[in-house]
Amino acid sequence: MIHARSAILLGVLIFSSTGGEISITHGMKKVGEPERLRPRALLAFLWRALQSGWFWAGVPLLAISFYSLLVLLSWEPASLVIPASAFNYVVGTLGAKYLLGEQVSAGRWAGVLLVCAGVLLVTAG
Amino acid sequence: MPHERKLRIKTLAMVFLLVLCANAGDLLLKHGMTQVGAVELSAAGLAHAFVQTVVNPTIWLAILFLSGFMFSYMTAVSWADYSYVMPAGAFGYAAFTFFAMIFLGEHVSPRRWAGVALICFGVLLVGQTKPRTTESAAQPQPAGGALP
Repeated sequence: MIHARSAILLGVLIFSSTGGEISITHGMKKVGEPERLRPRALLAFLWRALQSGWFWAGVPLLAISFYSLLVLLSWEPASLVIPASAFNYVVGTLGAKYLLGEQVSAGRWAGVLLVCAGVLLVTAG
Repeated sequence: MPHERKLRIKTLAMVFLLVLCANAGDLLLKHGMTQVGAVELSAAGLAHAFVQTVVNPTIWLAILFLSGFMFSYMTAVSWADYSYVMPAGAFGYAAFTFFAMIFLGEHVSPRRWAGVALICFGVLLVGQTKPRTTESAAQPQPAGGALP
C-alpha cells in the first residue's frame, strides 16, 4: 500500500496532468495537423503550436504534474508510481467526452475500464 | 489504403514513438532521482532538491526524451482523439514494469503482472475504435465540447 502523503500527491499529479493534456489537445486541434510528417512541415507545425494560448495554458499544469512525479519517484518504487498514475485514463476519458466533445464508444469505455482494473491490480500488487 | 486504416497506422506509429520516448525518459528520471536522493517536504529540502536536479546530467537526458514524448504527443493529438491516444499509450506501462524489473532490479509480483496483462487487453480494445471522432482546424469545429 502507498502512504497517505503519496496518495494525495498522486491526486495532484492526475488532475494536473489530465488538465494539461486536455488543454494542449484542444490547442492542437485548433492548430491543425502537420501537412506531412517531414522535418520542415513538423517544424512549421511546432511553430504554430507554440503560438497557441491553449498550449501555454497546459504547460504550467504539466509542470506541476512533472514536479509531483519527481517527488513521488523519490518516495515510492517506479513500478508502483508509473502504473498508479494510469488513473489518468478515467479522468481523461471523461474530460475528452465532456470538454473536447469526443465520441467515446462502448468499446473505448470497455478498454478504459479494463485499463483501470489492471491499474487497481498493479497498485495492490 | 482506406483513409481510416491509414489514420490508425499513422496514429499507432506516433503512439509507439511517444511510448518509447516516455519510457526512456521515465527510466532516466528514476535513475537521476535515485542519485539525488529522497526529497524532504520543506522549503530548504525542496530548494536543495531543485539545485540537485538542475545540475544532474541524467535528469537533463531524461528531459530531452520527455520533450520528444511531448512533441510526438502533440503531433498525434493534432489529428487523433485524446481518448484514443491516451489509452493506446498505456502499453508503455507493461514495457515499463518489465524494464523496471530488468534494469532497476525492482520486484514485480504475479498480481502486478496480471494487472499489466489487463491493461494491455484494454489497450487492444481501445485500439480497435475509430482514431478520430472530431474534426481538426482545417475542417468544421467539433460540436458538443465544452471548451471554446
